[in-house]
Amino acid sequence: MRVEALVKKRKYNVIFFAVLLILTLTSIVLTEFDAAKGITSIPRAIRWATSNFYPDIKSLEKIPRIWIKLRETIFLSIAATTMAAICAAFLALLGSKTTRVNRLLGAASRGISSIFRNIPLTAWALILLLSFGQSSLTGFFALFFFNFGFLARAFVDTIDEVSSDGVEALQAAGATYFQIIFQAVIPTCLPQMISWILFMIETNIRSATLIGILTGTGIGFIFELYYKSFQYHVASLVVIFIIISVLVIEFISNYVRRVIL
Amino acid sequence: MNYLDSLEALRTQFPSYKSGVTLHNYSIKKVTKASIVMRITLLSLVILTVYGFYTFDYKDIRIIDAITQALTTFKTMFTQPRFNHFNFGQGVYQVAVTLGLTFLTTLIGAFIALFLGLFAAQNLSSTVVSNAIKSFVAVIRAIDTVLWVLIFAVAAGLGSVAAVIGMTFHTIGYLIKAYSESFEELDPGVIEALRGSGANWWQIVFQAVIPSSATSLLSWTFMRFEINYAVAVAMGAAAGAGGIGFELFMAGNHYYDLREVGLITYFILSVAIVLELVSIRLKLRLNTH
Amino acid sequence: MNLLEVTNLSKQYGHDLLALQNISFSVQNGEFVAVIGPSGAGKSTLLRCINRMIDPTDGEVVFDGVQMSKLKKNELRMQRRKIGMIFQHYNLVSRLTVIENVLHGRLGYKSTFAGIVSHYGKDEKKQAFEIIEMLGLTEQVYKRCDQLSGGQKQRVGIARALIQNPRMMLCDEPIASLDPSASKVIMDYLRNISTKLGITCLVNLHQVDVALNYADRIIGVNKGKIVYDGPPNLTPEEVYMIYGSAAGDLIFDVGGQHAS
Ligand SMILES: Nc1ncnc2c1ncn2[C@@H]1O[C@H](COP(=O)(O)OP(=O)(O)O)[C@@H](O)[C@H]1O
Ligand SMILES: [Mg+2]
Repeated sequence: MRVEALVKKRKYNVIFFAVLLILTLTSIVLTEFDAAKGITSIPRAIRWATSNFYPDIKSLEKIPRIWIKLRETIFLSIAATTMAAICAAFLALLGSKTTRVNRLLGAASRGISSIFRNIPLTAWALILLLSFGQSSLTGFFALFFFNFGFLARAFVDTIDEVSSDGVEALQAAGATYFQIIFQAVIPTCLPQMISWILFMIETNIRSATLIGILTGTGIGFIFELYYKSFQYHVASLVVIFIIISVLVIEFISNYVRRVIL
Repeated sequence: MNYLDSLEALRTQFPSYKSGVTLHNYSIKKVTKASIVMRITLLSLVILTVYGFYTFDYKDIRIIDAITQALTTFKTMFTQPRFNHFNFGQGVYQVAVTLGLTFLTTLIGAFIALFLGLFAAQNLSSTVVSNAIKSFVAVIRAIDTVLWVLIFAVAAGLGSVAAVIGMTFHTIGYLIKAYSESFEELDPGVIEALRGSGANWWQIVFQAVIPSSATSLLSWTFMRFEINYAVAVAMGAAAGAGGIGFELFMAGNHYYDLREVGLITYFILSVAIVLELVSIRLKLRLNTH
Repeated sequence: MNLLEVTNLSKQYGHDLLALQNISFSVQNGEFVAVIGPSGAGKSTLLRCINRMIDPTDGEVVFDGVQMSKLKKNELRMQRRKIGMIFQHYNLVSRLTVIENVLHGRLGYKSTFAGIVSHYGKDEKKQAFEIIEMLGLTEQVYKRCDQLSGGQKQRVGIARALIQNPRMMLCDEPIASLDPSASKVIMDYLRNISTKLGITCLVNLHQVDVALNYADRIIGVNKGKIVYDGPPNLTPEEVYMIYGSAAGDLIFDVGGQHAS
């Protein structure tokens, strides 16, 4: 019996790794990935980076320009998340099992949030570029729509997970819908929701680079500007600024999380 | 009997728990550090948002007009999707290329992160090594994948090679954090027991650590697969990695073809939703086991 | 007059799961009734059908002279606030303090807005503090509920129900998550609430011995049907009838150490 089970398990393992191997080979063919070139390019990239990709004295002159764009990006990330969080909170109340008004609206709400978060940020940026051009609004709406879908899902999960017990008790005591929302749902879910909002802001600042490259705004735009014109010292300075701002925001939100959760 | 009287009667029935704490003002609010921090956080977010809107670079866009125009654009995009520059078969092929990129980078990343994750876990490694890896990884994660890809592109040229390496790099950063945290959740008693019975480090890892965290490793890996799919689309659009992302970029930024943008978005969306459904299923199954 | 009158109550889940089948019984004012039965028998469903936390499929519940099934949303609120409910998992809003949780019992009496902004009257607060003191929670008043022990949490649950000024308490396995000594404290409180305040108690219990020690009357439920309804002196055969094959070790517990 034990031996049979072992043989069966080994058979599963063999099949599992065979499938993995086939998928890998297919992927390599599909993407035309050249493994040899890939591996040799790593040391070359490191050599290049150590000899070119660091800020020199002259690049420091550009700090004011970089700072302006970085600030714009940070504000954009925060504004998009805040607005998205407000809208997502309403959608989540309709979508959660504990607080939904009825099943139909619940399903509709979850469907909407699924569409918004599953359209990748890239697609949002390119779609919106057609209407808003190279302005902050393109980036804002791209982040807003994606965050809206993502946060709605996160909020629904939060409400479903943590608040059903208290909600049941207040229903039994004869509380009204909005009393229940404010006295049971918000107190239990708010810390977790704030944590999601902070997470989303961190993510946004990271993705702002991509959006900037695609839409010609913010910190991503200025990176691409220097990168494309081979001013790698300045480009590296931009990267350093991004790293610092992400780490600072991560630090702040970790502190907030530690206190409130 | 009056309710309050009966409460009084009830009180006399119970052993007195008189505690010396007197409550004169019947205040019901208590300010805690947590509630203060929460308020400050929310307030700051609102202030920064308002200030942000005030300072944005609107580039002379009339917001109302632009939004109306955006709505018309959306309508054309999503109600009249159409192929122009390629057909259905080619669309599927491009999606497959994107998925291939996703698969490759997730697999290589997971493999490398598994080993480094062991050394990053506090309970399996020394504090110095663990902290070193973790801080290094925090820096890797702070930079978006597209930057990694562009940095590697200088050495390898724009294309799938740079994309795979850059994406793998970021994947490793993400998964090392996730994996090492899963390892750290392992019951310390188990490691101690095995160590006591004379097992060496590798035996402990393969007999206890990996088997008992396998479900959470798998779940994190699939979650990264989902993220990498979106990243692969992005790399197609922004870093010449090909696949459906590149087609989207061409349709939107080159041909200005609304209907094709709509169609490609549907392609991307449907695959993403399938991945999400699989991921939810997987998580449910893993959690019930 | 009977405070509670349940006639031919049935509840069906999905297509073929009959959780309750034709349940009928009545409860008099001030009675302490224990509902016992194996898990899955339908005890929780029965309790929740009374205050319509679950809508019954069929049958009628009359509480305090009012037919529950006919009530509109707002009338149902009025009726529910006359019924306090105690839960196995306490169902407190764990991030709020004891006093805030206790005052939640008053929400049924307030306008939506007053409830949202936690605007409670002086007398309500005074009463809340008195009940809290009575239940021995004075030192915990400003503690968050997630910092309390199980027994303390359940006392907060009782306080929240008491401040509703209820005619009846529905208790769904109030001691199932507690250790024996905390269980005894909670059961003593419930018994006293019934005796001294004249509040009717309908208590779901898992433990036969506790039920026999505290209740005036036992209702035995099995597979959605009432199989016993009578005084708390069951014979082993009757216990077997209620619990079926699961009764084996329970029978020896009958007449345990709990004193009322
Ligand atoms: N929401 C529900 N949906 C479907 N079946 C349910 C639901 N709630 C309870 N049941 C079923 O109804 C029966 C009675 O459950 P319950 O009233 O919780 O029993 P008890 O409280 O006696 O353990 C059980 O078979 C249970 O599985
Ligand atoms: Mg039950």
